[in-house]
Amino acid sequence: MSEVPPTRMNQQVFKGKKKAAETGHGLLKKKADALKVKFMGYAKAIAETKSGMASDSSSAFFSLTQAEYAAGNFKQKVSEGSMTARVRVGAGIDNVAGVKLPVFTYYETGAATDNASLGLVGGGKKIQLVRTKYTALLQNLIKLASLQTSFVTLDEAMKITNRRVNALENVTIPKIQRVLDYIERELDELEREDFTRLKLVQSKKNAEIEENQKIKDAAAAEMFAMGITVQEGNDADITAAYDAGDDADVVF
Amino acid sequence: MNVGKLVAVIGDEDTVTGFLLAGIGHRTADSCNFLTVKQDTKPEVVESTLKSFTQRDDIGIILINQHVANNMRHFLKDYHQTIPTILEIPSKEHPYDPEQDFIMQRVNMFIGGGG
Repeated sequence: MSEVPPTRMNQQVFKGKKKAAETGHGLLKKKADALKVKFMGYAKAIAETKSGMASDSSSAFFSLTQAEYAAGNFKQKVSEGSMTARVRVGAGIDNVAGVKLPVFTYYETGAATDNASLGLVGGGKKIQLVRTKYTALLQNLIKLASLQTSFVTLDEAMKITNRRVNALENVTIPKIQRVLDYIERELDELEREDFTRLKLVQSKKNAEIEENQKIKDAAAAEMFAMGITVQEGNDADITAAYDAGDDADVVF
Repeated sequence: MNVGKLVAVIGDEDTVTGFLLAGIGHRTADSCNFLTVKQDTKPEVVESTLKSFTQRDDIGIILINQHVANNMRHFLKDYHQTIPTILEIPSKEHPYDPEQDFIMQRVNMFIGGGG
């Protein structure tokens, strides 16, 4: 604080700084509010989707049990061999108030289905049903994953924004305010000092003039007592002391 | 990036089989994106697999059965990455309990607390 020289220029600079900080504080507060609204929306959506997921998955499990009954134990076969993912998630980006949220989208690569011959002997249709049920479940889960990621990211972004808002409110702005107060106080002090100094000089001068006047008056009174009147210097003939004949003629 | 990310599964046989049928399975010579957890699967194996999944950059979402996740709480509690996302899903034998889901706990905290 004390490293700032208390000048009018610095006062202007810090006034500008304070204004900028206040504007930033307002903007960040708005951003935090916007994030909060979004955040609550996501939280509600997650709560709803999660409860929906429970029934979806139980019906998917049931279809799998049915398929097993119809086609025998095919679980081992499914997880055998090498395979390539037919279903993948694309990662997009959603932008909420300057915060980038990852969004997953379901997409199929279009590759041939693995184990297509599964259930050829029997239960093929049931297995097909399992595929569709689980695909539907998977799509929901991917949506849920997007929501969840957004939720976590927003949570983080909100924390950062709130921290910034609080830092501006409780640290930066008071600091600038203190500097401004300091400059103001110093400037006032300087002004008072100047005033006092001028007053002092004035009073000294006045005292001196008075003193001189007193001495003069005293001398005049003395002279008067002795019967001599002193003519004021200005009234005396200043050329009287000189005799014009003293000077030689000036010849050019 | 335009090939998209994989979905990984850690769970019981039914869960894994179902999602493999849906077509998420991806197995190459050195890696595999699913793990079947059976009665005799050791927790250390599950944990190390989960860890390796979270460190792979070709995986976007990790689906994990809730009863498996319950054994991995210590890991999930300290998990703060955004991608891959870990998603708890119900399993056949264990009905879904939102109280145990770490994301749901936070969601409920906000909905319940902040209205």
